[in-house]
Amino acid sequence: MSDLGRDVISRTDAQVIGTALVERTAAGQALAPEQELMTINMGPHHPATHGVLRLLVSLEGEVVRDLKPVVGYVHTGIEKSCEDKSYWKAIPFVERMDYLSYFFNMEAFVGCVERLLELEIPPRAKYLRVIHLELNRIHSHLVWLGTGALDLGAMSMFFYCFRDRDRILDLFELSTGQRMHTRYFQVGGVFEDIPVGFERQARAFCAEMPSRLDQYEAILNRNEIFLQRTRNVGVVPRQRLLDLGVTGPLLRAAGEPWDLRKVDPTLAYADFDFQIPVGTVGDGHDRYRVRVQEMRESVRIVEQALDGLPEGPWIADDRKVVLPPRDELSTSMEALIHHFKLVTEGFRVPPGEAYYPVEGPRGELGCFVVADGSAKPARVHFRDPSFVNLQALRDMSVGGYVADLIQNLAMLDPILGGIDR
Amino acid sequence: MAKGSARLEIKREKLRALSPLEEPQSAAELRVRQMRARDLLRGDLEGPALERHVAESVLTTTLDKTMRWGRANSIFPATFGLACCAIEMMAMVSPRYDVARFGAENLRASPRQADMLILSGRVAIKMAPVIRRLYDQMLEPKWVISMGACSSSGGMFANYAVVQGADKFMPVDIHVPGCPPRPEALLYGFNKLQRMILGDPDPGWRRRYNAIGTEEWARPATGTASTEEAEAYAVARELSVARHAELAGESG
Amino acid sequence: MPDAPGLELIAQDLDQTAAGSVRGTYHEHGQACLIVDPEQILAVLGWLRDTPGQEYRFLASLHGVDYLPAEPRFGVVYELLNMPRVERLRVRAALADPEADPSEPGRPRTRSGGGDQLPEIDSCVPVFPTAEFHEREVYDFFGIIFRGHHDLRRILMPEDYVGWPQRRDFPVGGEPVIFTHNERQVPRWFE
Repeated sequence: MSDLGRDVISRTDAQVIGTALVERTAAGQALAPEQELMTINMGPHHPATHGVLRLLVSLEGEVVRDLKPVVGYVHTGIEKSCEDKSYWKAIPFVERMDYLSYFFNMEAFVGCVERLLELEIPPRAKYLRVIHLELNRIHSHLVWLGTGALDLGAMSMFFYCFRDRDRILDLFELSTGQRMHTRYFQVGGVFEDIPVGFERQARAFCAEMPSRLDQYEAILNRNEIFLQRTRNVGVVPRQRLLDLGVTGPLLRAAGEPWDLRKVDPTLAYADFDFQIPVGTVGDGHDRYRVRVQEMRESVRIVEQALDGLPEGPWIADDRKVVLPPRDELSTSMEALIHHFKLVTEGFRVPPGEAYYPVEGPRGELGCFVVADGSAKPARVHFRDPSFVNLQALRDMSVGGYVADLIQNLAMLDPILGGIDR
Repeated sequence: MAKGSARLEIKREKLRALSPLEEPQSAAELRVRQMRARDLLRGDLEGPALERHVAESVLTTTLDKTMRWGRANSIFPATFGLACCAIEMMAMVSPRYDVARFGAENLRASPRQADMLILSGRVAIKMAPVIRRLYDQMLEPKWVISMGACSSSGGMFANYAVVQGADKFMPVDIHVPGCPPRPEALLYGFNKLQRMILGDPDPGWRRRYNAIGTEEWARPATGTASTEEAEAYAVARELSVARHAELAGESG
Repeated sequence: MPDAPGLELIAQDLDQTAAGSVRGTYHEHGQACLIVDPEQILAVLGWLRDTPGQEYRFLASLHGVDYLPAEPRFGVVYELLNMPRVERLRVRAALADPEADPSEPGRPRTRSGGGDQLPEIDSCVPVFPTAEFHEREVYDFFGIIFRGHHDLRRILMPEDYVGWPQRRDFPVGGEPVIFTHNERQVPRWFE
């Protein structure tokens, strides 16, 4: 093919334009001239990349030969900003990292600070946190399902999933006042108790959700086009996934039953009876099935948590760390002083380091906080699951078609806010 | 209130302002109109009767207004989501908040085919030249809604990595505050954009508080504001500059 | 997590294998940490991964910390996980800043970024392939060179950025908020 090109140029005296230096992937550079590879740029603005992900793809015809992701297009410097803020003021920052699983970001950070402070949170707070975390997991998986199916062409799934997502956001608005980025988890528990109608509305949601999931599965599970696109596509061996550090539904779809909620239960997860869906092959179809089943299990967890919700305080008692209730401010001098110190300066954390992982919807979300004794953290770092899972995209896509690349990206569920932080 | 208390007077008027056409006052007039319409179709209506009929039943306007009406009600947004606000923008497209009722359900991926860019999310310094290139690739007329606090002003992220407002490198028409703004807030901003396009911008609180002329426009008034407003702005700006020079002269 | 005596046993065994590598241990909040010499990091990680009885085969996270003004200034932290026993171990490689003035330890540098001498450590991608992106991120934010990394360049900042943002002496940045008293000093793009 390149011979023909050269002939045309020599015959017609046409000029070769556009010989600018193109960033090539490693495979593209290693090739001899007769093996023509085309490097295209699936740029930061693309309908299929979930967020601003840039992919440099080397194609031979329609087959992907090499892949290089370029990230950083929504890098916000959150980790650096947190060093400038007191601990509870850093909570709104960290929750905007992985912007679909904001409760998980909060839980990782707040749990890490609680570990540094050796602070016990009351059981009601643990249950409330689990309820909100699992609702957030369902929410994240619904958005994934909507946008993932949209990428594969099933447009109506987008509307169905977002309809249900709005019901979850109604629940969040009821309990926290805000649909997304709620700043609900605080060091010591949760910000406020749930209001009166929350339990009834949550139970109504849980009662209806399994049938909705049945409807979604009825649309996609035996859909010929969906099966053809996802079956045996993007398979990476389990050991390679472990080497690459991949966790979450991707790892579970490949057959490894690793879920931090079961192996290392924090909060109240040990009290609940739920199962971990594990796939067999590790292709796109298994990832889809694992996530849908996870939604069902999350509904079960929420129901059990609502059944067993203990009475009591929703935030710890330690006035050095937790704001006193507002009605005390008018009667107690100590409460006023504590409130003042906590709001202006913040609480001090004794020097130390801690790493606290939680099982997010995409995998292990870990927070590493270094405290130096002052009211501001010295270093906050998040081990974001999407950042690590993105390394698996190359293994998943090389050797497949471009269309399979889109499917792999959809099933990988990357959230660029978490990758770029 | 329904019964009409001593202090309230209720006047019931039929809402007629919806169409500039006159409603027929009676059944006889309606019959006359129907006969005239039948004659028109047969080709029998001529002269002053024809002119009167046309004046009664045809809406005339300027081409400019028609084009603006068309543009405002069929905006093609570009599918451009940066961060968290993108999820709420997707929620705006979703059935509950439904931007399709305003004519904007046709989101186009290619900037060449889109005419509105919704900057939904924080603008990182690495992304800013990309956004500018996308904006340049869009064809006129084009509008920009800066959704959320991060793209309007940098939001909560006052650091090295976020551009403090998309205003810094591209013109923005509507800023929608919120973090993230509710889909209803974004729809409100969208409606304001539609009014701007129609040539009837909504000054909002400035009209209520008598503050027209105090806006700062990044571009010179290009028809989105009336001439009185543009003149008032110029006068206000001159006064402000003079005052500042005075203060500087006093302190210097 | 290995408890405190278990941590000491690990440190002793490790010291026998790679002499002088362990500089310290600490065990707090239920988490175990080994502080090691950065020159022997590959031996340490390889030992921790391959020795039967240790087998920390999963690298959960690799990140950098700037401990300014403490010495040594940088730490490269490896969060290791043993999946069958669900045990986590943290390994911190304590790196000194080669640009630091030895006569005035702990003095923050006046200029950050574009340094002539950057701290170096061996890349552990041969041992843990997941470290590829992580090491690029640590290089991007702290300027720590990972020897042997095949593609060490910036990952989150623009490719031509100057400076190491997450070092403690790098300013957070941003702009002052515009009020009427300082609006003349902050130019807007249309002025």
